Amino acid sequence: MQFGVFSVGDVTPDPTTGREPTEAERIQAMLTVARKAEEVGLDVFATGEHHNPPFVPSSPTTLLGYLAGQTDRLLLSTATTLITTNDPVKIAEDYAMLQHLAGGRVDLMLGRGNTGPVYPWFGQDIRDGIALAVSNYALLRRLWREENVDWEGRFRTPLQAFTSTPRPLDGVPPFVWHASIRSPEIAEQAAYYGDGFFHNNIFWPSEHVRRMVDLYRRRFEHYGHGPADHAIVGLGGQVFIRTNSQDAIREFRPYFDNAPVYGHGPSLEEYMAETPLTVGSPQQVIDRTLGLRDVVGDYQRQLFLVDHAGLPLKTVLEQLDILGEQVVPVLRTEFAALRPAGVPEEPPTHGSLVADAAAELAAEAVR
Amino acid sequence: MTTRKIAVIAAGVSTPSSTRMLADRLAAAVGEALRSAGVPAQVEIIELREHARALADAIVTGFPTGELRDAIRTVTAADAVVAVTPVFAASYSGLFKTFVDVLEPDALAGKPVLLAATAGTARHSLVIEHAMRPLFSYLRALTVPTGVFAAPEDWAGGDAAPLSTRIDRAARELADLMTSRAPAPVADPFDDPTPFENLLADS
Repeated sequence: MQFGVFSVGDVTPDPTTGREPTEAERIQAMLTVARKAEEVGLDVFATGEHHNPPFVPSSPTTLLGYLAGQTDRLLLSTATTLITTNDPVKIAEDYAMLQHLAGGRVDLMLGRGNTGPVYPWFGQDIRDGIALAVSNYALLRRLWREENVDWEGRFRTPLQAFTSTPRPLDGVPPFVWHASIRSPEIAEQAAYYGDGFFHNNIFWPSEHVRRMVDLYRRRFEHYGHGPADHAIVGLGGQVFIRTNSQDAIREFRPYFDNAPVYGHGPSLEEYMAETPLTVGSPQQVIDRTLGLRDVVGDYQRQLFLVDHAGLPLKTVLEQLDILGEQVVPVLRTEFAALRPAGVPEEPPTHGSLVADAAAELAAEAVR
Repeated sequence: MTTRKIAVIAAGVSTPSSTRMLADRLAAAVGEALRSAGVPAQVEIIELREHARALADAIVTGFPTGELRDAIRTVTAADAVVAVTPVFAASYSGLFKTFVDVLEPDALAGKPVLLAATAGTARHSLVIEHAMRPLFSYLRALTVPTGVFAAPEDWAGGDAAPLSTRIDRAARELADLMTSRAPAPVADPFDDPTPFENLLADS
């Protein structure tokens, strides 16, 4: 099972001091968090993509390309890449390039973004959100898999015998996750292609999470990609950890109460009861994360949100230390012990996809 | 015969409120109209005041919790709805609208709905027509023709068209609408997703 962190890249003032980091500081902090994730033994760093303040990561492959040179083992991913408003031709090119730079340590998560106004900024219409995700991804897949692509669709100018360069590393496109919080159509899309499904459950009650993932698993099997429990599932989570849970609550509460995403609504305790947000001791985070397995079954990737709500970098790095030392090693052991034989331990990686492609080629040669 | 479920939404804020009094009378009248047509009825009253904080939270977080979630389920699963609001600032109350806001967009589509309102003055008499009915038309609910508006003089009695007459007529209209149609099945996009081939064809 893969564990990692995902970052929204928000510039949020620290509510306890009023200090707001500069964009420059925030960008450097994201890089520091990613390097630290590798240092403490996590597997994945994923960046958001946003095109408006107060967010800094508008150019994910620039950020991840730099990180590719700064890390050795860390898998670089996105949360999410806007399949709706980016030209699929540019996504095909950018992420193939990143694959080469990172030696295959790349996958990406496609989503529709968290803000409506982004559509017109890139010449699109939010009412076409689902259709854009479906159409653009259909083209993206072909660009990575076919050398000469003829294409005609509703949303971009036609292509004739177009070759996207560079070609994917070793001829194998990066693994793709489809992420959706609310739309069954996106779970259906992930299932149709046999791709991964990431449910960013951090703001939602478990009952809803269960229904989304159930739908994906059921349809994955329906489309012939294997049994439902072999489908590739990723989940989010947000944690704040201290040795004593009372200390964690006391320290995190002002950040919760003022956070742009959930502040000024329910109390921290109410929010923890309804969503996977866990503020407490390492053991509480372990128990809660293992509990997600009861909601969605055995899953392959767990991403934690830790650098948000204006938390200072020093605190975030302490959180990563605790995750790496006291939480994730236990979770690896426990999840492995619970996982039935045959259920994929990890999402497909570049190495496994290259091996699959070679095996398929060999099987074809025999036929 | 299948028991028909009626959800009564009452947005009054004082206790006791005239809104709740009207809701109770409408609930009793609808139950009676159905029973006299030989249809067993089950009425559940939802006092929105009890969900005021949860409604504010749901607006902020995007998801309803606890008893509010149960209340939303009750409305969504009902065969018909009786919606009763006090008039605040010439329209339905903010609490009433907030509850409507947290319903799924299709929750009331095709559902028979009886509209009712209370106010401190008869000058708001048309509030059902100019505020409530457009809202429920947008939600594609089937509103019955008689809306029941109650001003102070209606409670005092002696009016030419007594409140009880309008209550009974509206209740009969709702019961007729309910018994003339099978309970509408609620489409569930999670149980029954649009096949991907259709999504591809539409893109």
